[in-house]
Amino acid sequence: MSLTSVLDTAAIHAAAPLSATLAEQTKENSWINILIFIGFVAVTMIVVFRASRNNNTAAEYYAAGRSFSGGQNGTAIAGDYLSAASFLGITGAIAVNGYDGFLYSIGFLVAWLVALLLVAELLRNTGKFTMADVLSFRLKQRPVRIAAATTTLVVCFFYLLAQMAGAGGLVSLLLGLDNSNKVGQNIVIAVVGVLMIVYVLIGGMKGTTWVQIIKAFLLIIGAAIMTIIVMAMHGFNLSTLMEAAVQTSINEGGAGQALLNPGAQYGKAPLDFISLALALVLGTAALPHVLMRFYTVPTAKEARKSVVWAIWLIGGFYIFTLVLGYGAGALIGKDAILAAPGGVNAAAPLLAFVVGGPVLLGFISAVAFATILAVVAGLTITAAASFAHDIYSNVIVKGEPKPEMEVKVARRTVIVIGLVAIGGGILANGQNIAFLVALAFAIAASANLPTILYSLFWKRFTTQGALWSMYGGLAAAIILIAFSPVVSGSEKAMIPGADFAWFPLANPGIVSIPLAFFLGWLGTVLDKNTEDPRIQAEMEVRSLTGVGAEKAVDH
Amino acid sequence: MGNPAQASQPGPVDFIAEQQSQEFRELRKSHRNFVFPVAIGFLAWYFAYVLLAAYAHDFMSIKVWGSLNIGLVMGLLQFVTTFGITTWYVSYANRKLDPQAAVIRARLETRIADDAAEKEEV
Repeated sequence: MSLTSVLDTAAIHAAAPLSATLAEQTKENSWINILIFIGFVAVTMIVVFRASRNNNTAAEYYAAGRSFSGGQNGTAIAGDYLSAASFLGITGAIAVNGYDGFLYSIGFLVAWLVALLLVAELLRNTGKFTMADVLSFRLKQRPVRIAAATTTLVVCFFYLLAQMAGAGGLVSLLLGLDNSNKVGQNIVIAVVGVLMIVYVLIGGMKGTTWVQIIKAFLLIIGAAIMTIIVMAMHGFNLSTLMEAAVQTSINEGGAGQALLNPGAQYGKAPLDFISLALALVLGTAALPHVLMRFYTVPTAKEARKSVVWAIWLIGGFYIFTLVLGYGAGALIGKDAILAAPGGVNAAAPLLAFVVGGPVLLGFISAVAFATILAVVAGLTITAAASFAHDIYSNVIVKGEPKPEMEVKVARRTVIVIGLVAIGGGILANGQNIAFLVALAFAIAASANLPTILYSLFWKRFTTQGALWSMYGGLAAAIILIAFSPVVSGSEKAMIPGADFAWFPLANPGIVSIPLAFFLGWLGTVLDKNTEDPRIQAEMEVRSLTGVGAEKAVDH
Repeated sequence: MGNPAQASQPGPVDFIAEQQSQEFRELRKSHRNFVFPVAIGFLAWYFAYVLLAAYAHDFMSIKVWGSLNIGLVMGLLQFVTTFGITTWYVSYANRKLDPQAAVIRARLETRIADDAAEKEEV
């Protein structure tokens, strides 16, 4: 590994190869990371405790009394959405693969227009706590609720697994643990899980929302500071920055000019990329933990404002990641990033160190860690609400739970999910985070989106159509993944020794999403039963006007 | 826990008549005439971009300014259109959708409140 002149400008006294130096430095300074992270936990814990009064009714526990403003909720949505996979993953992907990393962020952003135009407000007006409320509104309650709760739990599980799997790798980088130190990583995964259980148990949706707001604020500030420094180092000229990234790459004997062009990652598999793009753009508006956030505001208008805030914050952040990605490519270089502990995910933290020294590194590391905590908390409360509200209250006790019982069930579910997350995180430690997240998006887009859109916009839609679409989409997505090259058939696969990969694409979206739309249509036209037109009329009138929508809780 | 379907036992509001009312049909038309074409438009623009990035590498690699190429410019334009459509929709909803929805909501909520008051007197 050769040293480049860029290193001198970054003021690193480099006697050893850069990645080793950085790894050393990171290790020496890991106490700063830990200190800042403990500070974050302490502050958020205080906020969570203060927010936890009046947390005994379902509306308080799941929907924060519907008392957040659009701006607060939009910031929390950004906090929820800008997961470690987004921040570390996209920055790293741009640093290593150049333009193809940027493609991810575009899909993630444009997807919000689906939520804004077609879903958010109508869902806020017709539902109460969960996605299943909306899907089962005018269809047969029990079967549709069970199906919607199933897809909710599956999507949350994969998303959760991705975050927890990421925690292990991130920790090795941030706390200076060796990549091979699995025991140390597993302890940290368990600590994350326990902290998350405490947040969600005590704070409910209100506490979780505040954690996400604080985290979104810190993350966006941190990324903005780094972006400004990187741009200042390149004369506030994007073109100069990209040339510097190309130069570093040429010095390393890497892709060079090709870094700026599409094709470095997906050049040989364009169909795979299209499938991924489809899942990304259609998945967001069907992610249960995103949908549930719309119930924390008092009106549909505030739900609209939430999405607008989220779009501006998320869009702005992704523009920062473009600069940070090429900045890491220019100032650190692909080889040094890949050699660091944490690999491609290390690009953003290493860049923080190069441009801002150990304090900025500590800040960014602690924020990245807090990100995992906040996202995991959001997923957990969604899954717990879905189990307690959809399965327990509406199916097991048939809509007549004893008062307070539903929240009690939800709290117990939180503990179970927390333990499952810890176990799953330890087992999945080292798996590819981006793959698991893309899988969650593909499942959400296949299993949930067709039924959401049909039940909001298609009068004739029936229970059979909903069930075929949800179970069909879910099964198709999971089966295609199981027989994809990511699971078997190559050295890099999850099961490297076996080969049962007959499906050629890494992402199932291009097949499973159209299939789920088709099944929803087919199930409906073949259904001999029709649904009650009165309830359809009520749902449609309510969805557009907000008549009878759930109101904010008064104190 | 309220099962949403239970709320729709014959109540003070005849939702079928309401759904067929001139006022509501106009609201629905204003909503759908905006969201459907715009949704089709931005999805078409997004997939056009994705297909170009997947198959037209040479075209996307043409430099337009310094080291910025068509691919990057088109990618940044996706950001611009997303922000633009967001602002456009918000202004449309504030001007056209909210006032229409407010009229219907006020009328129906008065009816629901009157009905509840009557029941209390009985």
